[in-house]
Amino acid sequence: MTVDEIKNGVVIDHIKAGQAMEIYKFLGLDKFDCTVAIIKNAQSRRMGKKDIIKIDSDVVPDLSVLGYIDHNLTVNIIKDGANVSKYHPELPLEIVDIVKCKNPRCITSTEQELSHVFKLTDREHSVYRCIYCESKAKN
Amino acid sequence: MRHLIGIEDLSVAEIEDLIATAEDIIANPDKYSKVAAGKKLATLFYEPSTRTRLSFEAAMMELGGNVLGFSEAQSSSAAKGESVSDTAKVISCFADIMVMRHFKEGAPMVASMNASVPVINAGDGGHNHPTQTLTDLLTIKCEKGRLTDLTVGLCGDLKFGRTVHSLITALSRYTGIRFVLISPAELTLPEYVKSEVLDRRGIEYVETTSLDESLPELDILYMTRVQRERFFNEQDYIRLKDSYILTVDKLSLAKPDLCIMHPLPRVNEISVGVDADSRACYFKQVLYGKYIRMALIKMLLEEAAK
Repeated sequence: MTVDEIKNGVVIDHIKAGQAMEIYKFLGLDKFDCTVAIIKNAQSRRMGKKDIIKIDSDVVPDLSVLGYIDHNLTVNIIKDGANVSKYHPELPLEIVDIVKCKNPRCITSTEQELSHVFKLTDREHSVYRCIYCESKAKN
Repeated sequence: MRHLIGIEDLSVAEIEDLIATAEDIIANPDKYSKVAAGKKLATLFYEPSTRTRLSFEAAMMELGGNVLGFSEAQSSSAAKGESVSDTAKVISCFADIMVMRHFKEGAPMVASMNASVPVINAGDGGHNHPTQTLTDLLTIKCEKGRLTDLTVGLCGDLKFGRTVHSLITALSRYTGIRFVLISPAELTLPEYVKSEVLDRRGIEYVETTSLDESLPELDILYMTRVQRERFFNEQDYIRLKDSYILTVDKLSLAKPDLCIMHPLPRVNEISVGVDADSRACYFKQVLYGKYIRMALIKMLLEEAAK
């Protein structure tokens, strides 16, 4: 199967097989009016199988959440057909409205207008905690 | 705007300043009798707490200020469905500083994000209770003369006991502290407190189910109540509530200068007979609570005026 190369945009590579749709949702790509290719179960020497997302757009979505989802994947920024930047995303210090706090005692369980904000509290173990009740983030 | 939501909001130096101010208030109460003159403290208590609310009110009155507020959610606009955010904005129009106790974890933080006056967390569910921790630190400082080089026994509900978690976090910042964690297997200290506070800071601790075996080595014994409201299952509460009872007989095992503390109210985890023992510090602890709250109100009002 062949998917065309993109001229301007982002290629997210080395996504764990089966996780592409989750990333599609987290990045809000359903709201982007551009071509998005989701390649599932592609062959990978390193991973066996992997997913890839190609976003063909001059406007790059906010990619900061990628570090929270999987900081081992690879982000390639493409400009005029050339790969101008390639990196593994860092763990973001804060994530907003990406995951919901599941603690029934948390104030966010009753005050619906509040954003669900989690802060990175343990970089080594990738632990995020709710800023209100300090419960651990769970996907 | 400066608030106090969790004990980590204060640096060690600031805690030492607060303790020094509290000690000066104890020695020279008249010097502080007008520092909050013309100021109003609002007490927003969405769940009942006689001790903490009256402690704050007494503290503000002794600083020469006034108090207003409510003592249960049913007598507040929360009963009409008002959000904590809106309540914080409204109360900011009436008071110079507010104190909030709420059954939901994080509610005081939400208030602090919306208030234009300082907010003090007076307990949010099973989460934080920083002024209890400040009270505990002042008690230890006054009774033992130091906050370093102590073997501290924490006994009872270490799982849901927020005072225990906060005290461990606060004391872990001092040198020479060793914890003895005494609890039934079902109520041990949560893993995250061990990994993110004790292990990360290299603090020595042991876990045990035996109060008797631990007593001889302790400088501080911090007893806690197994709280009915923290259990979803009544049967679990009944099974665990009398796990540890400190009696006069047991005290014969302890050091002569042991300091026995309890955040109160007690149910039956400390026998009434222990009250007469000079090592019982839990009622003095209540008084220290008022003094440290005076120091805190003074500090936050001064910061807000800058």
